[in-house]
Amino acid sequence: MDRVSFVVNRGEIVGLLGPNGAGKTTTLHAILGLLAPTSGTVHVFGSSPLTQRLKVLPRLNFVSADVDLPSNLVVAECLHVFAKLYGMRNVRARIDELVERFELAGLRKHLVGTLSSGEQTRLKLCKALLNAPDLLILDEPTLSLDPYMAQKVRTLLKAIQLERQLAILHTSHNMQEVEVFCDRILFLHQGKLLAEGSPREVLERFKGQTLDELFIRVATSGELFEVAK
Amino acid sequence: MRIGAMFQRYLFLHRRSLIRAFDICFWPVMDLLVWGFVTLYIQEAAGGPIAQFIVFLIGAMISWDIHYRGQQAVTISLMEEIWTRNLTNILIAPLRLWEWIAATFCYGALKVAIVTVILSLLAYALYTFDLLRLGWMFIPLAGNLLVFGWAIGLLTAGLLLRFGYAAEALIWGIPFLIQPFSCVFYPVSVLPSWAQLIAQCLPSTYVFEGLRAVLREEPVVWTLWPTILGLNLFYFALGSAVFVWMFRRARATGRLGRLGQD
Repeated sequence: MDRVSFVVNRGEIVGLLGPNGAGKTTTLHAILGLLAPTSGTVHVFGSSPLTQRLKVLPRLNFVSADVDLPSNLVVAECLHVFAKLYGMRNVRARIDELVERFELAGLRKHLVGTLSSGEQTRLKLCKALLNAPDLLILDEPTLSLDPYMAQKVRTLLKAIQLERQLAILHTSHNMQEVEVFCDRILFLHQGKLLAEGSPREVLERFKGQTLDELFIRVATSGELFEVAK
Repeated sequence: MRIGAMFQRYLFLHRRSLIRAFDICFWPVMDLLVWGFVTLYIQEAAGGPIAQFIVFLIGAMISWDIHYRGQQAVTISLMEEIWTRNLTNILIAPLRLWEWIAATFCYGALKVAIVTVILSLLAYALYTFDLLRLGWMFIPLAGNLLVFGWAIGLLTAGLLLRFGYAAEALIWGIPFLIQPFSCVFYPVSVLPSWAQLIAQCLPSTYVFEGLRAVLREEPVVWTLWPTILGLNLFYFALGSAVFVWMFRRARATGRLGRLGQD
């Protein structure tokens, strides 16, 4: 990463975009404390996720298409373990609320490994919302979902985000999803921040019809954009 | 609460998996049967002082399993998270590393207790070997073997963090690297001199020497204990240091995040 600096505000959905190798996952891992930056600082809620983990981690959570929940536990057990890890008090009530909301109530006794892609994604979101985070980090959460299920998940997330004024940092290769879902986008390329702004602002500034077009331009033409301020 | 949560996480694995529950006891029971019946055969064929061997072998076999289980509990628990691609979820939870390790220690201790009881009952039924003849000395001997197992488990887990799947063979291999030099089934004097030097650096060697002394109904050699405790402290500190170092290296290189998603 090369001098990437940005802020995610409360109640905002920020899309982190870029081709493969742009540095999206590296950025997320640095925020989560999974990666120590070689220079610069990462502050989440004013604290370092590396040295002040217990101040930061209870207030955020993470969903990724590449990270699964234990396939050899049943849904109820899985959520119970994570609820306890996050120090939840009314575990049963919290789990009941979330499984109802994400339409998983009938699957409590099902092994996580036997769930469909859509059900697993909804379960991951349940787990990620157990601790009522202030910041939710989503790494391509709808990657393996069909359009109907992806839309369903986005609608649910948006509703929860508005209710709780949740900040969301979201990566996706689905530019249509980003245009609809994100309030602001950050365009990364080869570790650099190329553009920042709402989807409409970025399209207007860089003369693109769609974000798909801008994405392909960045990825293939070698054309560099001015860094947006 | 967090230690309890991770302890429950590992216990839940056995709730509906007969194979997993079975697996806790299967290999130690098979070892007990094979070792026991081979020794009975030798005992009948040779007679005389050989008759004592079954006592030493069964006692050693049960005790060695304590060390092995202790090591496995730490390493398999880490691998469980890697195999199920759940490691990232654990690492981003507000769980301290030592809390996670403590949960694996508790899980290991529980498995050791269950297996030791089962093996003791089976050994008594099949070979009239009574583990209780070791008396109260069994507790500190077993305790030190467990702690040494934890120490080796931490060392192995550190290597797993650094090398990932490539180091998976170490989980199964490292205990058997230690076993010949720990003089589990024979006295130190049997080894060549270069191997005796290695043996003298392992706390398990002194534990098994002490175990044989107790079975021979010899007086307790109290001078062994500072050596056992000192060496265990050293290996535990070493294992912890390697684990923490490898964890930090994996975090610095970005390997930690990738390990959870491979």
